[in-house]
Amino acid sequence: MTLTADAAPRAVYDNRTAFADELVQLAREDSRIVAVCNDSVGSSNLTAFRDEFPDRLINVGIAEQNMVGVGAGLASSGLIPFVCAAAPFLTGRSLEQVKADVAYSQHPVILCGMSPGMAYGELGPTHHSVEDLSWLRALPGLDIVVPVDRLQTRQAVRNAVAHPRPTFIRVGRHKTPDVVADDSVLERGRIQQVRAGSDVTIIATGTLVSRALDAAATLEGQGVSTRVLNAAYLAPLDVAAISAAARETRAIVTAEEANVAGGLGAAVASIVGQLEAGARVPLRILGLHEFAPTGSTDFLLDYFGLTDAHLVVAAREALANV
Amino acid sequence: MQLLETDTARVAEWRTERARIAAASPAERDALLAEKARLTRRAVIGMISHAGQGHIGGDFSVTDILTTLVGAVMTIDPADPTRRDRDRLILSKGHSAGALYATLAHAGYFDEAELGTFMDPLSALNGHPNRNKVPGVETNTGPLGHGLPVAVGQAVGVRLTGTGARVFVIMGDGEMQEGSNWEALMAASQFGLDNLVAIVDRNRLQQGARTEDTNALDPLDDRLASFGCEVRIADGHDFGSLIHAFRPSTTGKPVAVIANTTKGKGVSFIEDRVEWHHKVPSAEQVALALQELS
Repeated sequence: MTLTADAAPRAVYDNRTAFADELVQLAREDSRIVAVCNDSVGSSNLTAFRDEFPDRLINVGIAEQNMVGVGAGLASSGLIPFVCAAAPFLTGRSLEQVKADVAYSQHPVILCGMSPGMAYGELGPTHHSVEDLSWLRALPGLDIVVPVDRLQTRQAVRNAVAHPRPTFIRVGRHKTPDVVADDSVLERGRIQQVRAGSDVTIIATGTLVSRALDAAATLEGQGVSTRVLNAAYLAPLDVAAISAAARETRAIVTAEEANVAGGLGAAVASIVGQLEAGARVPLRILGLHEFAPTGSTDFLLDYFGLTDAHLVVAAREALANV
Repeated sequence: MQLLETDTARVAEWRTERARIAAASPAERDALLAEKARLTRRAVIGMISHAGQGHIGGDFSVTDILTTLVGAVMTIDPADPTRRDRDRLILSKGHSAGALYATLAHAGYFDEAELGTFMDPLSALNGHPNRNKVPGVETNTGPLGHGLPVAVGQAVGVRLTGTGARVFVIMGDGEMQEGSNWEALMAASQFGLDNLVAIVDRNRLQQGARTEDTNALDPLDDRLASFGCEVRIADGHDFGSLIHAFRPSTTGKPVAVIANTTKGKGVSFIEDRVEWHHKVPSAEQVALALQELS
């Protein structure tokens, strides 16, 4: 794959569309699939699902705690509930339900966090979901999936139906380019290499992966060979891929549209920091450190240093610390 | 730690007892259930005494409710605790795990000897119930306000999968101060879940004080009715009253049962005393309590 900064504008996509389309397709073949939402039929792109399967769309109204509990009850009845809501409310308002009713109880509920990160830019921090990765990483027994593009979004839905288990899927709304090859496979618990490199590794998730690829192309032009890893799974965490990056390249940069306290960067740091001395490479962790000011998603990504240009600088700084 | 195993011999006995209860006159039935409840309360005293902790007050207020459901009302097979058409029981007031464990063990869901490990290191019998270790437990409870939403999901799920089962969920009355319960009741009413029975163990005490002196629940009947429930008031220590209250919905609405109970029921010095929410009896008190329950 070649992506260059000066290429023609790329097609970009809202992953919710692929999510909803895949869900409807699978629901036609598998009557166990039901959807649960909090009045978010529109924002979760569930209109087509509701129209085709009106009995299998359970809209509990604006009541997220009940929504997640209902999901657990449906799962315990042998159904496969996709509980869909804007990510900040799904994870924040009902965090204790996610902990007790889903993760601890091990009810196979598929929690679908719509429009995560700063997708609701100007609506502000109440509507941003940048704490979700930190909060949910603290829950044993819960898979955390961040599909990078349309194909991975479809694969995440398919995997959830094929092997129902407690899962959170971060379904992106902010439009991003397709990243993975058509024949790629989304493997549970694997961080996937999307570009080979030997000097520095950028481990990115979600919206930041395509930006990492852009940065890698720029760095290549500067003589810096850059590996890019797509952290589509944050839990289970791919310790091997992270350790290999530390051992095989000289520095690591992480990038996430999330708070740095406990997210992807913290996960990588917790692995790298416990490796043997020679593998404890310099690390830069890019993400949010504070509640966002007013601005569009793109403005805010730039504000928090989450662009390909910032990634280039971070990679060079990390290498300078070797 | 895996799921505890069924005590098949005990299940066979339970089936015989259950049939006997079903065929008995009301007076005989009440006597048989009272004996089961007595054994459950004695077991709870032993468990709490062993563990040096527990929630004896709520255990005793809910014992007769659990005894009635498992002994005379629910369609269940303790030897097959996850069969699709089982009636469901969720103890949302998970701190009364002791009474639940004793009730389940006496029905053969697992070996009664396991009760002797209550809250021991690595025991399956945690202070709050865990479905992945204890058969008969439908969902992990402990934080209040969780059971009713899960029960609503089960009631929808049962309806979608067409098994005709009923879903019973027991809340403490103090627990009804949690907003999530009222979210769940709104949904239960909206969805017309006539297969759901929401039971409130109305012992009028919460951990720190009387419910009405803390965050008053009354008029609880009106409140439940206004949320769309078919409300029934029962004497939570009268088996006939409970059995009648647990009959199927007659209105197509979810059923809410206010079971008026006495916290600590069965032991005079524990009854209706706020400090016995989770006080542990001394050796002398254990002897006295067992004497009262002999």
